[in-house]
Amino acid sequence: MRSNFVFQEIWVGLRRNLTMTIALIVVVAISLSLLGTGLLFVKQVDSTRTYWQSKVEISVYLCYADSANPNCHGAVTTAQTTSLEQRLKGMPQVQNVTYVSQAQAWALYKQAFVNDQSYVSILKETDMPASLEVKLVNPGADYNIVASSVTGAQGVDSVIDEMNILDKFYRLLDGLRNAVVIVALILVVAAVLLVANTIRLSAFNRRRETGIMRLVGASNFYIQLPFLLEGVIAGLLGWVLSAALLIGVKSLLLNNLQQYFNYNVGLSGGDLVEVIVLAMVIGVALCGVTSFLTLRRYLRV
Amino acid sequence: MIQFDNVTKVYPNQSRPALENVNLSVEKGEFVFLVGSSGAGKSTFLRLVLKEERPTDGRIHVAGKDLARLTNWKVPYLRRRIGCVFQDFRLLPNKNVYQNVAFALEVIGKHRRFIKKVVPEVIDLVGLEGKHERMPDELSGGEQQRVAMARAFVNRPMILLADEPTGNIDPATSIGIMKVLDRINRTGTTVVMATHDAAIVDSMRKRVIELEYGKVVRDQNRGVYGQAY
Repeated sequence: MRSNFVFQEIWVGLRRNLTMTIALIVVVAISLSLLGTGLLFVKQVDSTRTYWQSKVEISVYLCYADSANPNCHGAVTTAQTTSLEQRLKGMPQVQNVTYVSQAQAWALYKQAFVNDQSYVSILKETDMPASLEVKLVNPGADYNIVASSVTGAQGVDSVIDEMNILDKFYRLLDGLRNAVVIVALILVVAAVLLVANTIRLSAFNRRRETGIMRLVGASNFYIQLPFLLEGVIAGLLGWVLSAALLIGVKSLLLNNLQQYFNYNVGLSGGDLVEVIVLAMVIGVALCGVTSFLTLRRYLRV
Repeated sequence: MIQFDNVTKVYPNQSRPALENVNLSVEKGEFVFLVGSSGAGKSTFLRLVLKEERPTDGRIHVAGKDLARLTNWKVPYLRRRIGCVFQDFRLLPNKNVYQNVAFALEVIGKHRRFIKKVVPEVIDLVGLEGKHERMPDELSGGEQQRVAMARAFVNRPMILLADEPTGNIDPATSIGIMKVLDRINRTGTTVVMATHDAAIVDSMRKRVIELEYGKVVRDQNRGVYGQAY
């Protein structure tokens, strides 16, 4: 194998249809970076979900003196509280149960609205419900079982799953991710077609050379290699661009998103490297396989 | 060297066969003219020898190999033992004489040292000494065909196929081309030449195979172009 001959052929091929090559590189770069952004989103959503799932709880609010709920007949009694607590603790899905008294709830409330005294002044301690904060072993799956076991029980005002509140946030992130991935997939299709077309043009431009190569008995591998590498090199250049774009997405978009939501579950550099490496594998495989299949049609023995 | 047993070739979507029940054999070192009017099947014959086409029926042996049993990836190795020359030369316009000839060796992975040794020898053999640096468009038709012959012969093939090599060349220059083909034949290479050129066939007095509508109608040692009853 004479490598400088092969590289000379690749260079000639890439230069001859320069416009197509540039278009190819750009489309590969954009589709890979969108795909990578989608993957980063998946990772971000996953890590956010894990972070919050370790924190969220089911709050079982207990009846207090002025509860509007018809299920409540005055404030909850100590016996009712104890029996509820026992029942929840007995369930295998429950990790632990903490009792928050009215006084504690009032203290938390005052602390939350310390900057907004008008909220504090319209309420008093007896307006705050006492609650049982239930931590689940598996918060995603077991909510319904645990919630239904206490809903409507004596002394229970309402049951609130904090997961429901977070779900809205997740739906936003999931939707964003899906949109990005769909656009990326459409662009991947465009990239595949563009690779096929570029290689076909390249093969057509050099039909004299390949015709003579066939005639003098060059092996198929030798004839096809320059074209194949042409596709792969264009893919690699596109990937380099997309890697730069992905680093930008990570440091500008995702990191800012975190500051905005005020929690600290940033993606590590390792996650970014993983996505970039994956983008390279996809990009090279995409271009290589497409080139190969196109060549099988246009450079027959 | 080349053996056809009952070979029939029908191209797709055509009712009349391009070759029909052809039986012939060409021995090592022979010089054979393939004559016949256009569409008689000469080119089909050459394409079958190169395995660019497969016969519809019958068996073909080339250089001791049964072509039907030759896998696709081995076809290039068959073609390395067969040189080809065409009416339209098929040189690469952006390469000079030396590069055109060397190209045939580069693409089959020969070493640079080997190429540097054999290419000038072959260019001398076809009578183009001193013209290594010329581009194809600076050469006459006869000289371009010599370059094509040098390229076909540089890998020392066992068989040289020539498809109307003098078709684009005036009669005086054609004699020079035939001398080169004869020289190549004398090295022990089997030469099969398809041609319309009666004067050349008559003057060479070599074996003549005539095709008509895909059938062999004449196979004559030391023959002439026209029918000799």
